[in-house]
Amino acid sequence: MSAAAAPAILSRRRVLAGSGALILSFSSLPPAAAQQNAQQQKGGKPAGATPQLPGDLKKSPLLDSWIRIDANGAITVFTGKAELGQGIKTALLQIAAEQLDVDLKQLTLITADTSRTPNEGFTAGSHSLQDSGTAIMNAAAQVRQILFAQAAQRAGVPAEQMKTDNAAVVAPNGQRFGYGELVSGDMLHVQAAPQSPLADPHAYRVMNHAIQRVDIPAKVTGVAAYVQDMRLPGMVHGRIVRPPSYGAKLASVDTAAVEKMPGVLKVVRDGNFLAVVAEREFFAIEAMRALAVAARWQETAKLPDAGNLAAVLTGLPSQDITVLDNQQQSAGGGKSLEATYTRPYLSHGSIGPSCAVAQLDNGALTVWTHTQGVYPDRDAIAEMLRMPKEQVRCIHVEGSGCYGHNGADDAAADAALLARALPGRPVRVQWMREQEHVWEPFGPAMVVKVKASLDAGGRIADWDYGVWSNTHSTRPGPAGALLAARDLASPFPQPPPKPIPMPEGGGDRNSIPLYQLPSARVIYHFLPAMPVRVSALRALGAHMNVFAIESFTDELAAAAGADPVAFRLKHLGDERAREVISTAADRFGWAARPRQTPGRPPGHGYGFAFARYKNLAAYCAVACEVEVERHTGRARMVRAVAAVDAGQVVNPDGLVNQIEGAILQSMSWTLFESVTFDATRITSIDWATYPALRFSAVPNAMEVHIIDRPGAPFLGAGEAGQGPSAAALGNAIADATGQRLRDLPLSRERIRAALGA
Amino acid sequence: MKLNVNGQPHDIDADPRTPLLYVLRGDLQLNAAKFGCGLGQCGACTVLVDGEATFSCVTPILALEGKGIVTLEGLGSNDHPAPIQRAFIAEQAAQCGYCIAGMMMRAQALLQKNPHAGDAEIRAALEPNLCRCGTHMRILRAVRRAAQMMQTAQAGEPQ
Repeated sequence: MSAAAAPAILSRRRVLAGSGALILSFSSLPPAAAQQNAQQQKGGKPAGATPQLPGDLKKSPLLDSWIRIDANGAITVFTGKAELGQGIKTALLQIAAEQLDVDLKQLTLITADTSRTPNEGFTAGSHSLQDSGTAIMNAAAQVRQILFAQAAQRAGVPAEQMKTDNAAVVAPNGQRFGYGELVSGDMLHVQAAPQSPLADPHAYRVMNHAIQRVDIPAKVTGVAAYVQDMRLPGMVHGRIVRPPSYGAKLASVDTAAVEKMPGVLKVVRDGNFLAVVAEREFFAIEAMRALAVAARWQETAKLPDAGNLAAVLTGLPSQDITVLDNQQQSAGGGKSLEATYTRPYLSHGSIGPSCAVAQLDNGALTVWTHTQGVYPDRDAIAEMLRMPKEQVRCIHVEGSGCYGHNGADDAAADAALLARALPGRPVRVQWMREQEHVWEPFGPAMVVKVKASLDAGGRIADWDYGVWSNTHSTRPGPAGALLAARDLASPFPQPPPKPIPMPEGGGDRNSIPLYQLPSARVIYHFLPAMPVRVSALRALGAHMNVFAIESFTDELAAAAGADPVAFRLKHLGDERAREVISTAADRFGWAARPRQTPGRPPGHGYGFAFARYKNLAAYCAVACEVEVERHTGRARMVRAVAAVDAGQVVNPDGLVNQIEGAILQSMSWTLFESVTFDATRITSIDWATYPALRFSAVPNAMEVHIIDRPGAPFLGAGEAGQGPSAAALGNAIADATGQRLRDLPLSRERIRAALGA
Repeated sequence: MKLNVNGQPHDIDADPRTPLLYVLRGDLQLNAAKFGCGLGQCGACTVLVDGEATFSCVTPILALEGKGIVTLEGLGSNDHPAPIQRAFIAEQAAQCGYCIAGMMMRAQALLQKNPHAGDAEIRAALEPNLCRCGTHMRILRAVRRAAQMMQTAQAGEPQ
């Protein structure tokens, strides 16, 4: 996206050739692309990829899939990505406003909706700016060029002499053509070109500026902003009685008493799926509780030993995938180290339990959902209800913060089933806290075993790394991915799990160190058996792999007698990696940190860590200071400084907000969080049994420094900080206590035990 | 039942055992107080009852007759935001924002009693409220900013 150098999509000759310019680009499509366009018009998926197009223009190559301009000048931007609390709405509007040369307030943005927006799959993997941002940026630039060409033709002057001003194209003689006047018919219904006349990144007015988020005013003043806030005419409330444990069978339930309770409209039972619908929300909750008491379940004790997860996971049958095999004759000669790191199952624990509203109207079902993927969720719900896909519409409406595959899709399926039971009535379903805590798919537990040797010069000579994990995605698409679908009398089987292939990876995400290693092997022991329900949690395997790699790197640095930052730089050639490390270290004052008492406050320690997310997205380094109370084992991050390189920045404050959030969320995972279970049931059922970060543990100060990269490709940053934060914290605790803790969470009990206090 | 919410009297036709949250969201169609846990563990439902920060999800309405209930909507609106709302916008103190209304109400309760509350008091006051996006640094900044705005407003009032 080097802007100034990019060739314009329409040459002056083509423009001056008359109205043929746009038809030219349309009719010159190869037959396959033309067919793809026809399918797109019918709402179908593209027949084939268009690999030369930027971002998700590859999947949806028509300009008016992304940008539409009405005759009255109204401009609408479409994205298949969803606002998850990460600020993507504002960032995408900034991109469109910049490239169309209009004010952000002149734009309307439509987000993920199976009837209106492109199919961009899931809003996941820190892909939104890379996929949708890139598509909108290029589409908007090409639309602007079309408007130029039209205006030039009408004014009879070359396009190069025209300017844009306040949503109009202006000729040298001052004649103005509003964008709305210039667009007619199917003018924007054309295939995108591979290259675009992008705005000059050094002259950005909107991009790379800290614009206030468009969604925050409503959220801080009580305006309806979430699916939880929807109130449709005639809407009723559903609640589900979930089984008490995985695989429990509903042996019997006497529904008669519940059906007579005030406000109850219907009890729905289909196999092991049990639910109630009532006129008002609290009636539904009371009826749900009564129904839960009336239900008799058959449960099976089949969960593994939560107290010995490392042995459980490494003992499961595995499918071994060689991620990297570059083993050479080792120079060796120095010390050898070996270590095992573990992570428990982690809950997303969104603050608002999952919710959806659904309505069946004349055979057509509409579902309002905070899913990450309206199209895959639509497909799964249609399959579950045995309805044609065209009769099911999923519309994204914001929910509580989304950190991966939580209960959103399942709640949407629940609402769909209840809407089918009460045709015409909109049914709102919200899960209870204990349902979210027990039934959401967790971030998988993981084990890492690593061995390495140093050479005589204190460099890493060889590296042997194995990671054990379930899949990190059991998302919909197939109906069997939905909880309710598995509970129906005619159940849909859970699809067999698959590993997510590299280079992005799942359990093996970030399992290859970015460091220069003369000899290295990385094996992913993929575990198909899933005793606990799992799926994507923010950063997937990168949280654990970066924690393990960066903890072990510190252990190797100590064995080499080297400073942790200097040791990392010694093994890194990537200049952008080196710059985030140097920036974080300098801004933190790493070199001047007090090494020992006096000077160092008692119980304090300093830690550093780095990763490039997926080895292909944003670079992030984190330095932090902790204090550890010996008697209680309580560790608290006192101060953190991060540096991030996310390529071209769209909203600097949004990026800072994401990295601050990553540090704090990862701190919560790293110090506090762990799903617990007995032989039969999940036992971490609320915030008392699943403790998480509260204000007393929040640092005193945090800084995030951005490396500016004008014109560079967007690099997703929404998950860049989780791994480095976890490892920096672990390294700081090791520095403070002299004890290396390798099992997450680094809880006060474990720290106290390690200190023998 | 008669409830006074945001300065307005309301006749409520609901079982007196009903938690205030469902009356606010269902009967009065107010959005700000959110269901988070129903257990008084997360604070997403926080409102003011006679100036005290209160978990509306575990407070039955039978206990509330004759008391002054204030929700976020009672402080200010999108068109006329209150100081605490302006402070949260200025600091961009939200990610998903679902916890934020509760955070603001708890901060409001503190600052109404003590506009000079320092960082330690703000942290202690916010301890019952959970944020899962990791917006804590911004929330603390926003509350400090709101405190300054309230102090300035107070100082500016005629004695």
